[in-house]
Amino acid sequence: MNQPPRTPEQIRRSRNRVLGLALAGFVILVFFVSIARIKAGIG
Amino acid sequence: MADDRDMEQALTQPLPADWRDLLALTKPRVMSLVIFTGLCGLLAAPGQINPVLGFTAILCIAMGAGGAAALNQWWEADIDAGMKRTAGRPLPQGRLDRTTARDFAGVLCAASVFLMGLAIGWLAAGILAISIVYYAVVYTIWLKPRTPQNIVIGGGAGAFPPLIGWVAVTGDITLMPVLLFTIIFIWTPPHFWALSLFVKSDYAKVGIPMLPVVAGERVTRHQILIYSLVLLPISVLPWWIGGAGAIYGVSATVLSLLFLALALRVGLRQRQTDDDAMKPEKQLFAYSVLYLFALFAALVADHYLMLQVA
Repeated sequence: MNQPPRTPEQIRRSRNRVLGLALAGFVILVFFVSIARIKAGIG
Repeated sequence: MADDRDMEQALTQPLPADWRDLLALTKPRVMSLVIFTGLCGLLAAPGQINPVLGFTAILCIAMGAGGAAALNQWWEADIDAGMKRTAGRPLPQGRLDRTTARDFAGVLCAASVFLMGLAIGWLAAGILAISIVYYAVVYTIWLKPRTPQNIVIGGGAGAFPPLIGWVAVTGDITLMPVLLFTIIFIWTPPHFWALSLFVKSDYAKVGIPMLPVVAGERVTRHQILIYSLVLLPISVLPWWIGGAGAIYGVSATVLSLLFLALALRVGLRQRQTDDDAMKPEKQLFAYSVLYLFALFAALVADHYLMLQVA
C-alpha cells in the first residue's frame, strides 16, 4: 500500500523527535554511568 | 491561496533530513560487524566489567564507527554518486545536505570519545579517537584516492573494536588484544579485494586506485591467496600462546582452512568472459563476513566454557 508523501514539516518533526529521544537517552546513560562508576569503585 | 503558497514553498525548498537518512550515514550493516567484534573483545577479556559500563563501551564503539562512516560519506559524496553500489546513499541522492552530514558526524565522533573517556577510561577513549582519525583521515582522505595498498593499511581502522572492547575491561594493552587486531587486519584485504573484483568497473569509473584497477585481476587474485594463507596461522595464534582454548583453536583451524579453500578457487581462477558472474569471488566475500562472526563467536564461547570448567 502506497503512503502519501510526507510534508517537510512532518519529516522535520519526526527527525527532531528521534534526535530528542537519542539525546535524552544519552543524558540518562551518563547519569547511570556515574552511578555504575561509584558502584565499581572507580570514582 | 495560503495553501497554494505553502505548497509552492514546500516544492522549492529542499526537504529536511529524515532520521533514516542520518542513520544510513552511519553504515549500519558495517556497524553490526564492528559492534559484534567489539562485544567479543569485551566478553573474551579476563576480568569483569559493570554491565552499564560494558554497554556504554559498546555504544561508544558503535557511535565512533558510525561517526567515522558518516565522515567518510561526507568526504566521498561526489565519488559515491558515480558508483552503482553507493549512488543510492542519502548524500548523492540529495536527501541530505553536506553540512548536516558533517555536523552529525562530528557530534557523533566527539560524543563517543568523550563518553568513553568519562565512563571507561582515557586509554580506551584514546584508541577510539585514533581509530576514528585512522578511518576518516588516514584511509578515506589520504590513502584511498592515492594507492592500491589503501585497503591493507587503511583496513587497520576496522581492526580496533575488539582491542577497544578488551582494553575497556582490562585497562591495558596485552598480546591477546593485539592478536585480535592483527586477525582483522590480515582478514580485511582478501575480504575487500574479493568485493573489488566484482565491482571493479565501479572503482575504475570514479578513479579510485583499487588493486584490481591498477595492478590487474591476476595480481589481486594472488594477493588474496597470500593474505588468506597468512590468516590461517595468525587466526590460530591465540590458541598457540594459550590465550584461548581448544574450542577456539579447532574452530579457527576449520574456519580458516575453508577460507583458504575458497580463496584458492579465486586465486587460481581467471575471468572467463566480460559478463562472468564472478560466483567464486562473491562466495568468498560472503563467507569472509560469516568467517569473522564465527571466529569471534568461537572465542567468546571458548572463554565462557573454559571459565565453567575452571
